[in-house]
Amino acid sequence: MRYLARRGGLFLVTLWAALTVNFIIPRVMPGNEASAVLATFKGINPAALHALQIQFGTGVHQSVISSYFEYLGNIFTGQFGVTAQGVPVMTEITSKLPWTLGLVGITTVIAFLIGTFAGMASAWWRGGRLDAILPPTLFIVSTVPVFFVGLLLIYVFAVKLNWLPLGSNYSYGATPTWSLSFIWDVIKHAILPGFSLVIVTAGLWVYSMRNNMITTISEDYVKTARAKGLPNRRIMLGYAGRNAILPNLTGFAMQLGYVLGGAIVIEYLFSYPGLGYLFYTATTDHDLPLMQGLFLVYTLAVLICVLIADLVTAVLDPRTRDA
Amino acid sequence: MAIPDISVTDSITDVEATRAPRRFLRTVLGNRKAVVGAVILLVMAFVAAFPGLIAPDDPQAAIYAQNAGPSSAHLLGTTQLGQDVFSQLVWSTRLTLIVTLIVTAIATFLSTIIGVTSAYVGGITDRALTVFIDVFLILPVLPLLILLAAYLPPGVTSLVIVLCITSWAFQARQLRSQGLSIRNRDFLVAARARGERGIYIILVEIVPTMTSLIAASFLSLAVYVVGFAASLQFLGLGNSSELMWGTMLYNAQQASALEAGNAWWALSPGAAVAVLGTGFALLNYAFDEIGNPALRPVRRKRRDRSSA
Repeated sequence: MRYLARRGGLFLVTLWAALTVNFIIPRVMPGNEASAVLATFKGINPAALHALQIQFGTGVHQSVISSYFEYLGNIFTGQFGVTAQGVPVMTEITSKLPWTLGLVGITTVIAFLIGTFAGMASAWWRGGRLDAILPPTLFIVSTVPVFFVGLLLIYVFAVKLNWLPLGSNYSYGATPTWSLSFIWDVIKHAILPGFSLVIVTAGLWVYSMRNNMITTISEDYVKTARAKGLPNRRIMLGYAGRNAILPNLTGFAMQLGYVLGGAIVIEYLFSYPGLGYLFYTATTDHDLPLMQGLFLVYTLAVLICVLIADLVTAVLDPRTRDA
Repeated sequence: MAIPDISVTDSITDVEATRAPRRFLRTVLGNRKAVVGAVILLVMAFVAAFPGLIAPDDPQAAIYAQNAGPSSAHLLGTTQLGQDVFSQLVWSTRLTLIVTLIVTAIATFLSTIIGVTSAYVGGITDRALTVFIDVFLILPVLPLLILLAAYLPPGVTSLVIVLCITSWAFQARQLRSQGLSIRNRDFLVAARARGERGIYIILVEIVPTMTSLIAASFLSLAVYVVGFAASLQFLGLGNSSELMWGTMLYNAQQASALEAGNAWWALSPGAAVAVLGTGFALLNYAFDEIGNPALRPVRRKRRDRSSA
């Protein structure tokens, strides 16, 4: 319980840190980027403009402290400001969220499953054929930047072979329905960006899983399990694997932030209209409120996944419950 | 009474110090991954130092046929503006390597100081610094990088600043746990008893014992820095007139080079980033194997033992 309370505390502190980063950055960075950007915001209502001025610390006639609390109050009442077009930031973000959630969510699960099982298998049959080929190959691949994998896949499968589309989320002019042909169209557009992300991230899991597993295989409880005559499959998954996966789950935080970063680059490369592409367009438009809103959403996404990973760790590892 | 003690340990560390580099070199040369990684980095360093020897063409001069394919005059073709792609690739090595090394060095320094201080001082300082480290570990790196970069003028200086701010946390955490494990060793107790100041103990007594871990974290950090710098520039947050692989990628992407049939322009800087990252990663992988014999390939381990 204390473990979960501590992790919950970290959740709140990090969330507060992300909010504070958003408040501090415009104030400490040199130059007048924020006031220059806000000057271009025309035709938004005065209340929204006031909220933005508080958040970015330009043109306000009140103390930093009172601005800070007013800003935090705005966030907790769900007012995340408006974009350069006067659209609420959250409306803009929620309209793009499903595409990223689908693409990144599915690829992360696939990469985690492939990576974990491949790492487990290659440590189990250590020195075997799988172990000789898989970890080094995936390790090299995981050091390759995700955009290079994406560029190569586009070049081979979209430009040269013309099997799959170059980018976007569905064919131009198609109307979104739940028909089979439309769903197939969406899948076809997601294959290349999704595959790029899986290739790059699976390697991260394989490498750490294999090394953890090598350590757990030589533990006494694995010997005990063998001595008891348990079937091999059960020792591999339930004893060595179950313990080896724990550090991987804890490392989930860093990896997930990394995956989300990769997804921004991939969405940009494939013009895939999710949050990452929105982030890119917000950057080129210098739409600071939208960028800060996106930064918050990304942090929140990582935090929620970390919390889930912590819960799973608590289920898998009884030691954390009374630690 | 304490004086002879100190001179004895000093002479021991002197012998260790003269022997260590040679032994280190032998271990590196005996590991195939380390050799490949080292060769990659040495070649890159040579290219960065003498780009003119390899590519005499001016990388910025837009004086050739536009969007031409590879030929003997232009090994990788030309850009949309008529610049030689091979020449750009070669000349970009310098700034890419410099930025990577500066950022990695500063971030490694930050993570060492923060991690070791946290472990050594302990108490409430440790708890506060641990939360600080954990927060930076969880904050998503690329979104934070983009956000910071948006406020700064695009260019190498901004790139170095934002990368340093965002990339120290993971290593700081590792160095903290290493620091915790040696916190109560005798030589530290002795240093405290001599009345040395905290900063002296951290820099002179603790940090040198962690040299190999710091070197390993330098290498693994370099892999990330190479990738993140290029990603940031690829997304348009660099200065596209500064010659780096990331800005080449950005320019090629803006010109739709892949679709326009100018594949070498789009792919070659990406390949260069990948090769540099792989070079650092191979060295790091080899370091892991050298430091933790359990991870070495099974067959090779036996051969090592018989030759030793």
